[in-house]
Amino acid sequence: MIHFVLLISRQGKVRLTKWYSPYSQKERTKVIRELSGLILTRGPKLCNFVEWRGLRVVYKRYASLYFCMCIDEDDNELEILEIIHHYVEVLDRYFGSVCELDLIYNFHKAYFILDELLIAGELQEPSKRTVARLVAAQDSLVETAKEQTSSITNIIAQAAK
Amino acid sequence: MIGDMIRAIRACKTAAEERAVVRKECAAIRASINEDDQDYRHRNLAKLMFIQMLGYPTHFGQMECLKLIASAGFPEKRIGYLGLMLLLDERQEVLMLVTNSLKQDLNHSNQYIVGLALCALGNICSAEMARDLAPEVERLLQFRDPNIRKKAALCSIRIIKKVPALAENFINCAASLLKEKHHGVLITGVQLCADLCKVSSEALEYFRKKCTEGLVRTLRDIVNSPYSPEYDISGITDPYLHIRLLKLLRILGQGDADASDRMTDILAQVATKTESNKNAGNAILYECVETIMSIEDDGGLRVLAINILGKFLSNRDNNIRYVALNMLMRATTLDAQAVQRHRATILDCVKDSDASIRKRALDLLYLLVNDNNVKHLIKELIEYLEVSDQEFKGDLTAKICSLVEKFSSEKIWYIDQMLKVLSEAGNFVKDEVWHALIVVISNASDLHGYTIRALYRAFLTSTEQETLVRVAVWCIGEYGDMLVNNVGMLDIEDPITVTECDAVDAVEVAIKRHTSDLTTKAMALIALLKLSSRFPSYSERIKGIIVQNKGNVVLELQQRSIEFNHILQKHPKFRSALVERMPVLDEATFSGRRAGSLPTAISTSSGAPSNHPNGIAKPATAPIPDFLDLSSDDVPAPSSSGGDFLQDLLGVDLSPTPAPSGADMPPKASTDVLLDLLSIGMPLPVQTGLSASDILSSSQDDKAPFVNFNGLASLSSLSANATSPANAAPMMDLLDGRGPGPQKSEENGQAYPSLVAYESSSLRVMFNFSKQRGSPQTTLIQATFTNLSSNVYNDFLFQAAVPKFLQLHLDPASSNTLPASGDGSITQNLKVTNSQHGKKSLVMRVRIAYKTNNKDVLEERQINNFPQNL
Repeated sequence: MIHFVLLISRQGKVRLTKWYSPYSQKERTKVIRELSGLILTRGPKLCNFVEWRGLRVVYKRYASLYFCMCIDEDDNELEILEIIHHYVEVLDRYFGSVCELDLIYNFHKAYFILDELLIAGELQEPSKRTVARLVAAQDSLVETAKEQTSSITNIIAQAAK
Repeated sequence: MIGDMIRAIRACKTAAEERAVVRKECAAIRASINEDDQDYRHRNLAKLMFIQMLGYPTHFGQMECLKLIASAGFPEKRIGYLGLMLLLDERQEVLMLVTNSLKQDLNHSNQYIVGLALCALGNICSAEMARDLAPEVERLLQFRDPNIRKKAALCSIRIIKKVPALAENFINCAASLLKEKHHGVLITGVQLCADLCKVSSEALEYFRKKCTEGLVRTLRDIVNSPYSPEYDISGITDPYLHIRLLKLLRILGQGDADASDRMTDILAQVATKTESNKNAGNAILYECVETIMSIEDDGGLRVLAINILGKFLSNRDNNIRYVALNMLMRATTLDAQAVQRHRATILDCVKDSDASIRKRALDLLYLLVNDNNVKHLIKELIEYLEVSDQEFKGDLTAKICSLVEKFSSEKIWYIDQMLKVLSEAGNFVKDEVWHALIVVISNASDLHGYTIRALYRAFLTSTEQETLVRVAVWCIGEYGDMLVNNVGMLDIEDPITVTECDAVDAVEVAIKRHTSDLTTKAMALIALLKLSSRFPSYSERIKGIIVQNKGNVVLELQQRSIEFNHILQKHPKFRSALVERMPVLDEATFSGRRAGSLPTAISTSSGAPSNHPNGIAKPATAPIPDFLDLSSDDVPAPSSSGGDFLQDLLGVDLSPTPAPSGADMPPKASTDVLLDLLSIGMPLPVQTGLSASDILSSSQDDKAPFVNFNGLASLSSLSANATSPANAAPMMDLLDGRGPGPQKSEENGQAYPSLVAYESSSLRVMFNFSKQRGSPQTTLIQATFTNLSSNVYNDFLFQAAVPKFLQLHLDPASSNTLPASGDGSITQNLKVTNSQHGKKSLVMRVRIAYKTNNKDVLEERQINNFPQNL
């Protein structure tokens, strides 16, 4: 299973963290520090895996962002690379050629998408279209709810006049 | 606005600025939380999530998540659940409060809300929540919308991992998921089955019987399916499904020939037909290879699998090579021969520029080394050691040393290789490794001359390797005369001219080298003392070097130089006897100590195979003052063991009565070493086991001076050191010939009732307690073991462990055979020092192992019923 997902920028800034195994806040900070030290220093041509505390971390760099997933020793590293790519493609489709800033200002969206992709550290949906559809459907639910509240506030505001 | 906050944080130039912004935001959020402002609640939470991601504490927002989840609208719930997953984890009590909301949402009419609840539950649920909500999740496995079913399936995985007992409830539903057409449901269903198999053998049997056929069919369909754009990844339809099916088949096939047989065809097809030019295809091949190697198979498929790995290994992509090495490691147990064929490639991978690959390859190569290839491989590895990265040297050195030791049938080869390693990477060599080398050198008497000359040569070229220097210095001290006279010349050696002066020079270099650490310098001092006797003509010069250290700031060295100087000056007639060559160190004892040197509080009395009492306790120390004829009547408890004697010998304290207390005695460390020195050349049986590490023990003495400096080589620490009294024995022989008369230890000052510490149908253990006068913290326990059964116990071994506030010393048992039916007993003395004396009672965990009727028996027990005030 995937124990956690990290998105770290080249400068070592954390852009997204998702923990599927229990790590306390203190451990999380330590993990992030250790892994950014390990991963950000690796050269471009090296393999995408690092061994860390008896686990493996699979990472892949997209532009300025490192996508990292930590897995058990007997998991399939090559498949995790595909899952990372899968996530990136869905993000790309959702934001329309995604960049780091999209993920900073809309970090909650990145989480919503990840939640449609992984649960309990396992892959939930192999189809990018389905993921996109589900996220869009929920976004529109939010939009309708917003419109409703704003129209209600309008009515109230007008009534108050 | 959240965007404003993010912008403000991003605009910060320093960490302090950022902290200030975050502090201000947090204060505002807290204020807003206190006002219970509903409109801003989700905005606050969003901000908190961002702040949390930066690593700041956000616990005060946890309740806000619960409130949002409890509200009616989808937007609030969506952000509430997200916050719940980010700000909390399963270990927080607050989480329990959400159980009720979760239950309601799992039954909600809006399927997206059900989805949110399932996602949260799957990601962070605790065991209690799993138990409470399992029925809901089970029901949702049959929900009409497949997107809910797949979420429920993954949620079930979390539940059965938290509470394996719930597994059987899920078996049937999981099996029905395998028949689904929706890929999302199918992959999650397959994953659920795999996890069920891991926690429940019942599930494993069920799926093996009922589902193997179906899974093989599903895999065949997906392998042969036409192009489908929705699931296609580089020409392969849904590789994720491929991989999960292969994984589940592996679990079902493992250990079951019948199931394995049913899947061989499809595995062969996957292995041969899958495209290997893209990562997705390789991922499938990799999984397939693992499945082939795990299931029961006649070998035909395995050849295929190993060939795939061979292809992987020659791939240019580092990722592929990495997984190949990883898998070959597992293949070694199946078909070592086949893996051996790739040895050359693997050796190249050890020298790769990628640290991950190097590490994998080294681990794999380590497994491949055997008697036939060891010489070649070690040669290659040592050559590589010269050029390898600094950070890799540690690993590499450890592996080389371990291999060289493992295949050390030829001593000369072993010594040669170790010397090479020491000269290349001596600073990475662990203490026990060079200790072992010294033991081997000491045992190889025909190679002493060869070794010392080789070491001398190596020493001249690489003085910066600490351990090399140590070994060289030790050997020069011991075998210096052989260095000078070219004794025991082998045919393969080039002759070398070394004068006595050169040998002393070498040691002087070692002691004056500023990078030398304390251990090395201490060893060099000893070597000098020894050389003074080997080369009498240089005795004055050596004395000069030793004297230079009299003012050394390190107390240890200062002390030793003073002591040695005294030996040189005042006891010339002792000297040659004192510094005779070490007796041959006992390899068996040394390796036994290494194996047994666990860092726990367990002290094990060796089952005394050779029956020499290598831990003779205190009694031996008592006669010392006697034979030195120093009025010993008014000497208090002679618990400072060799300390008095040392002082006496060195004439440091020539007052008519020895120093009244042991507390200001010479420090323990130097005592030991000097004692060791003194006992050298006394090939008493008592010696052999101990001296190996005693002379080496200087390496553990690094800390000693500080202890001593406080003047507190306290009684207990001195007496706890079992080796020093043992060494005192031969010393007495040296000086007097009087044997260490059996002397009773101090009479107990206070009587304690005996205790039946342990009694079972087969064994009784009695403890008798006594105290030494003057040290209330220390309790002497005499354990008596009685056999209550009618069979003899062999290899009887008693072990005990104590918590940290206690210190335990175990003497050897009186025997390791316990006669049947209470017809005789074994006794063993324990000494326990209670640092919390008066506050805490003794407590001890004991383990007793023995053989009866050729059966190993192990009994364990915690003993809590010690008398108070021990």
